[in-house]
Amino acid sequence: MSVTETTQERAAPIRPNQGPVAWARANLFSTWYNALLTLLIAYVLVRAVPGIIDWALVKANWTGDAAACREAGGACWAFLAEKWRFILFGTFPDDQHWRPTLAILSMIGTLVISADRRFWGRALIYIWTVGIGFSALMMFGGVLGLDYVPTELWGGLPLTLALSIVGLVASFPLGVLLALGRTSDLPVMRGLSVVYIELVRGVPLISILFMASVMLPLFLPAGVSIDKVLRALIGICLFSAAYVAEVVRAGLQAIPKGQVEAAKALGLGYWQRQRLIILPQALSLVIPPLVNSFIASFKDTSLVIVIGLLDLLSTAKAALTDPAWRGFYKEAYLFVGVIYLLFCYALSRYSRYLETVLGQGRRR
Amino acid sequence: MTTEAIIELRGVNKWYGAFHVLRDVNLSVAKGERIVICGPSGSGKSTTIRCINRLEEHQAGDIIVKGVPLDDDVRHVESIRRDVGMVFQQFNLFPHLTVLENCVLAPMWVKKMPRAEAEAKARQLLERVRIPDQALKYPGQLSGGQQQRVAIARALCMDPSIMLFDEPTSALDPEMVKEVLDVMSDLAASGMTMLVVTHEMGFARRMADRVVFMDKGEIVEVAPPDQFFDTPQSDRTKAFLGQVLSH
Ligand SMILES: Nc1ncnc2c1ncn2[C@@H]1O[C@H](COP(=O)(O)OP(=O)(O)O)[C@@H](O)[C@H]1O
Ligand SMILES: [Mg+2]
Repeated sequence: MSVTETTQERAAPIRPNQGPVAWARANLFSTWYNALLTLLIAYVLVRAVPGIIDWALVKANWTGDAAACREAGGACWAFLAEKWRFILFGTFPDDQHWRPTLAILSMIGTLVISADRRFWGRALIYIWTVGIGFSALMMFGGVLGLDYVPTELWGGLPLTLALSIVGLVASFPLGVLLALGRTSDLPVMRGLSVVYIELVRGVPLISILFMASVMLPLFLPAGVSIDKVLRALIGICLFSAAYVAEVVRAGLQAIPKGQVEAAKALGLGYWQRQRLIILPQALSLVIPPLVNSFIASFKDTSLVIVIGLLDLLSTAKAALTDPAWRGFYKEAYLFVGVIYLLFCYALSRYSRYLETVLGQGRRR
Repeated sequence: MTTEAIIELRGVNKWYGAFHVLRDVNLSVAKGERIVICGPSGSGKSTTIRCINRLEEHQAGDIIVKGVPLDDDVRHVESIRRDVGMVFQQFNLFPHLTVLENCVLAPMWVKKMPRAEAEAKARQLLERVRIPDQALKYPGQLSGGQQQRVAIARALCMDPSIMLFDEPTSALDPEMVKEVLDVMSDLAASGMTMLVVTHEMGFARRMADRVVFMDKGEIVEVAPPDQFFDTPQSDRTKAFLGQVLSH
């Protein structure tokens, strides 16, 4: 199991008598194929790094316009200097950019605080209400002297974060219910859950987004329209719920039958058993895969462009359509790539960390 | 029986598909009585006691616990489970909760007992099973014998009037069997109604009021321990005793 793996990793630095040579032998040349890989990677680095430095720093152009950039031949950081606000915030009114900035910080802050196990419990509900409520206030405005900004003007990073975070939170209870349904003793519940999960998993997100966007309005009475962002959220939520359900089901099935029996024998009812005994154990088993599915859904939100929303990736593409700044793909994609990487890397490190600490809890 | 029966099994039958696990099981247990159930593996001992708190459903016959019939009425099942404690071969402690939390969980959620009261009671019972100083540990930090004693304390926290034991010492290392049997003997001496499935014949001889021998889903013989061990009636009982007592 991966738990033992990480234990060894943690133990490694404490071992005495480990000079750089010993370290390299242990980590880079432990077997002949590791040695081969090390050499291969070293070769690629030696070949590529000078070119990259040349492009990104030596020949780069930091100020001026597109013409100056083409002249210099390297990276055109001037393009990002000009466009970064549009890429980050989309068409949100220019003079109000402090608002989405605060919204982003608040959402990240909420995630960071929730990552701390000391807050796991009822406190999370308050933290999320405040954090997400504040973000919504900043984005919408309309009260406290803030101008109202309709969702049509939202875009960039706050939209990507809002879609994935709210999508995850909203899909989670539905996913857990579907997982419970699928493992339930009641054939009807089981059947409905299986049909839902398998249908949704059999269809790409893009078509669910289309359905949410195009078909949802058809079911509503004339004159009623649902906000585009909300439609996207509903689509994302219905979609991720099926995946959350499968992850959670794996956790539920890993709990020994004796746990349910002991809980039954003590007189606990179905919902008490699930809430107090089964789910806490099952969820802590599947937190790492849940974080992973959050990473996937964070990246998947870029598909909302198909229904006309400008998420982070789409604003970068839109920035490239400015006639004055055609062609600086590398810079634009590098910029959003780095942002995606920062978030996803932080999340996956967190998932690894959780695997370790939760694994310790289980071995106790 | 002079006293009224606290558990009454009448003509209980159960099938797993075509396999007939319980055949016409009849047993009446008086309040405060200690019953030991023994028999070869697969004879339906676990199934019998698991029917008493509805971990298994019987398909024919009646099971009546303290006057309440076990049927499809959920309230009956719940009220019986509240009053019947069970100890499993594999302990089945909740690994994500401390020993103390394991003990207070059901009193707090099922009986709505305030936490302070539940904890005081739990500590008192942990003392009684002789592990007062392990309350804040997790089950995984305890030895098998300690875990099983926590499991007994956890069941007792609900103030049950009946305790079911399904081979409580079978998963233990030999040196830990005694500490668990001692706790069970204390409990028996305190007047608890107990149904114990076990291969510990010494315990049966010392503590049981009656010994039940099961084979192939049937109750073959029921007798007080002296009579059961010294003058068994059925050939099947004799054969079984010959096997278990020979080691
Ligand atoms: N869920 C089940 N499905 C099918 N057969 C079962 C099931 N549980 C138990 N059995 C069978 O029922 C018989 C009696 O089981 P059990 O009551 O556990 O026996 P004992 O406790 O006396 O060893 C065994 O032959 C066992 O294989
Ligand atoms: Mg058994």
